[in-house]
Amino acid sequence: MSISEKLAGFLAGEEKKELVRISTAGSVDDGKSTLIGRLLHDSKSLYEDHLQAVRTGTGSDDFDWAGLVDGLKAEREQGITIDVAYRYFSTPKRKFILADTPGHEQYTRNMVTGASTADLAVILIDARLGIRPQSKRHAFITSLLRIPHVLVAVNKMDLVDYSETVFDDIVATFSAFCNKLDIGDLRFIPISALKGDNVVTKSDKMPWFTGRALLDDLDSIYIGGDNYVDLRFPVQYVSRPNATFRGYAGNLSSGILRKGGEVMVLPSGKSTRIKSIETYDGALEQATPNMAVTITLHDELDISRGDMIVAPHNRTKISRDIEAMMVWMGESALDPQRRYLLKHTAQTTNVQVSDLLYKVNINNLRRMSADTLQLNEIGRVALTCYQPIKFDTYRKNRTTGSFILIDAESNHTVAAGMIIDREPAASRSTKTTALGASASPAAWLGLTDREPFSFWICAPRLAPEAEQMVVRLREALAAADRPLFLLDETALRTGLCAELGTGALAQAELLRRAAETVKLFQNTGVTVLCHVDCPLPALIDFVVPVLGADHIAAVSLHEEPQPAGDFFIWPQGDDTAQGVVSAAIIDRILQRTQPAKNP
Amino acid sequence: MSTTPLDMTARATLQDTVQMPQRLSHLKQLEAESIFIFREVAAEFERPVLLYSIGKDSSVLVRLAQKAFYPGPIPFPLLHVDTSYKFDEMIAFRDQFARENDLNLIVSRNQNALETGANPFALGTAACCGALKTRALLDGLGDGRFDAAFGGARRDEEKSRAKERIFSFRDHLGQWDPKNQRPELWQLYNARLKPSETIRVFPLSNWTEMDIWHYIYLEQIPLVSLYFAKERTVIDRGGTLFPIENFPFPERLRGERKTLSCRFRSLGCSPCSGVVPSSAANVAEIIAEMTQVRTSERANRVIDHEQEGAMELKKREGYF
Repeated sequence: MSISEKLAGFLAGEEKKELVRISTAGSVDDGKSTLIGRLLHDSKSLYEDHLQAVRTGTGSDDFDWAGLVDGLKAEREQGITIDVAYRYFSTPKRKFILADTPGHEQYTRNMVTGASTADLAVILIDARLGIRPQSKRHAFITSLLRIPHVLVAVNKMDLVDYSETVFDDIVATFSAFCNKLDIGDLRFIPISALKGDNVVTKSDKMPWFTGRALLDDLDSIYIGGDNYVDLRFPVQYVSRPNATFRGYAGNLSSGILRKGGEVMVLPSGKSTRIKSIETYDGALEQATPNMAVTITLHDELDISRGDMIVAPHNRTKISRDIEAMMVWMGESALDPQRRYLLKHTAQTTNVQVSDLLYKVNINNLRRMSADTLQLNEIGRVALTCYQPIKFDTYRKNRTTGSFILIDAESNHTVAAGMIIDREPAASRSTKTTALGASASPAAWLGLTDREPFSFWICAPRLAPEAEQMVVRLREALAAADRPLFLLDETALRTGLCAELGTGALAQAELLRRAAETVKLFQNTGVTVLCHVDCPLPALIDFVVPVLGADHIAAVSLHEEPQPAGDFFIWPQGDDTAQGVVSAAIIDRILQRTQPAKNP
Repeated sequence: MSTTPLDMTARATLQDTVQMPQRLSHLKQLEAESIFIFREVAAEFERPVLLYSIGKDSSVLVRLAQKAFYPGPIPFPLLHVDTSYKFDEMIAFRDQFARENDLNLIVSRNQNALETGANPFALGTAACCGALKTRALLDGLGDGRFDAAFGGARRDEEKSRAKERIFSFRDHLGQWDPKNQRPELWQLYNARLKPSETIRVFPLSNWTEMDIWHYIYLEQIPLVSLYFAKERTVIDRGGTLFPIENFPFPERLRGERKTLSCRFRSLGCSPCSGVVPSSAANVAEIIAEMTQVRTSERANRVIDHEQEGAMELKKREGYF
């Protein structure tokens, strides 16, 4: 065969190759290094000089495989693998990138890192030892990071006389455990990495095993197609090389971008059409997932890095509040009081962990309440971002559903998160703790007859009508012997909300905090009078979900459309004429507390 | 939001009208990921620079940068660390390449060391690299106040590189701490730096040597002629073949001369770069040859072999 024929054949095959990412975890004793060494060696991906350096004898199998794959000096000294190492090998069909990570609990973060991009996971189980905590841990992480395929390699079969019973027991026990998880495709293969059984070629020592050798499975498992439906194009880089060209560059995470197609830019919500899809290799009619392109748009919109281009009828969620499963990777524990940076697609925002719902014991999958997350711990958290992010759940989209947290002082990457569907807002707000076995705080304070209630006055901060209304209500409630607390926006802005600005988002956050504060008081039986400057729809969005519609009355002194809701008291006639608040409206406000009082 | 009736209609329409596209080939995917890395750095850092070594990986790096910023120019300069022991062909190629591609090229040299006659025979290769490469590199980065430097290193080259991050952080002395690397998940790169810290970025991390050659072939990327086989007269020194033509220290090359067809698999400084016997005279023939080759490309680089963990040590100190 001539060189040009050889090359033509080679390149034709090369062109069709798929890229497949594998993650594996395990310790030296599992035989993981041996397995990887053998995969690399037998798929002819090792160089002769690398191999000679770890030769221990003259036989064809006399190699110190660990020496081959344990790269860093510190690791060789300690005899362990301490980090994620990437290996590359290929078959005539596929190119593999293998993320090789240690299996011990203290390296959970490394396993998570390796798993984050994997299409397929290989879990190693020592046939002599059966299922160990680290096998379960690896399965849990695989499920958490949503790796679609899992191959369980039951290794060291040569040391259990290639026993079918041993293998079947492991399959039964581990399958039962994995049923509790979310693993799409689970397969088992009995192997001996050391002897080469069922690694690259099918072994004749285990005729009872009807499946394929490990490498055959790696080579043929169907790796799910890309998502062509949900258009998600995070704007990574704004390209303005000259006055006439304005392009938006990024890698398409999912969906199809088409020239002429209508798109919407988030968060602005403005729609336009795609004018062109530019690449160095020529303009395209359409772009498919994972392609790196630069698009131009028909309309000049204000678009910057971190914005998201979607289809108008199929948008991401936009919110400042998200819930996620989070893996803590920082040396110092999660501090819920502290501000972190959240990086999500091309956007970075300040963030605070508003609630830690539970942490998971990854050895037995039990949920435990927790005040913090330590290094390698995994928990479910609620986060409040300072700016809204445009996201999908991780289950739906690995790119728009994932984020990292960065410590703003040390700059370390301290956590990885996978966004999940939120619990309803009401169940996420402040929980007040009972002080006796069954007593509510109100009972403890001797205020049992007081139904939780708050009055909300929406009016400009120094409006004289509002001042009067506060005075009149205070007098009326004092006469009824109801303990009262007054909370106004000025007080909030000098303390609790000192860092908030005046935009719509800041206002929403101020209302949310006001509502949570009011709730703490209400639950002790104290009635709260709250004076804030906001439109009523904002009150409906941010206050009512926290306090409940039965426990508030609201009055607006702004001129605005009147939204529906029983809890609004509308000024009528002369109620606030000439800057004077009438007794009639105060009565109506007070009456509002009656029906809810004695359920 | 995700399953509104409208959404379902959209799904049906899409499937009716669009033929389902193929997944990207592995090379297209590697290309897209590298472009992503270039753009991320350009967006997050003030003063990036591309470390240009004239070798094949550098040439691929430059092409990827061109693709990342097209139709604009590459929005940062190239820095070449010139030890003065580069082959003449390399320097000529460099200058022509920069001119033709309209690249902003900066050259950094450790002039003090060169004036005192630094060379690998006088200092040993470790000290020589330290002075002429590492020092000149760190000086070049400092002079330009560069905060991010792209390099062409790949993880398949050498064991200690298998664990290096794509965003690799260096302290204020330019040093790498392998035990204190930031986790890299998905494609979310943490680009936060403290003042005086810098970062090395490796967009080719996931490429193998074969991927590089395949890409050069497909993209028709120009290379220095030293990569291609021709008849050269060589002397065997410590198991490595050195061409005698233009060898800067002829008195160091003793032994039997032989003439054979050979080429360089990787390019460094002339006193430390050996050749391999080969008849591959163009990229296609090199690829054909590679389908059989079982020796790693760094095997003919003297600097990697001197001591256990040699490359890791150099990297800790700031070497690329």
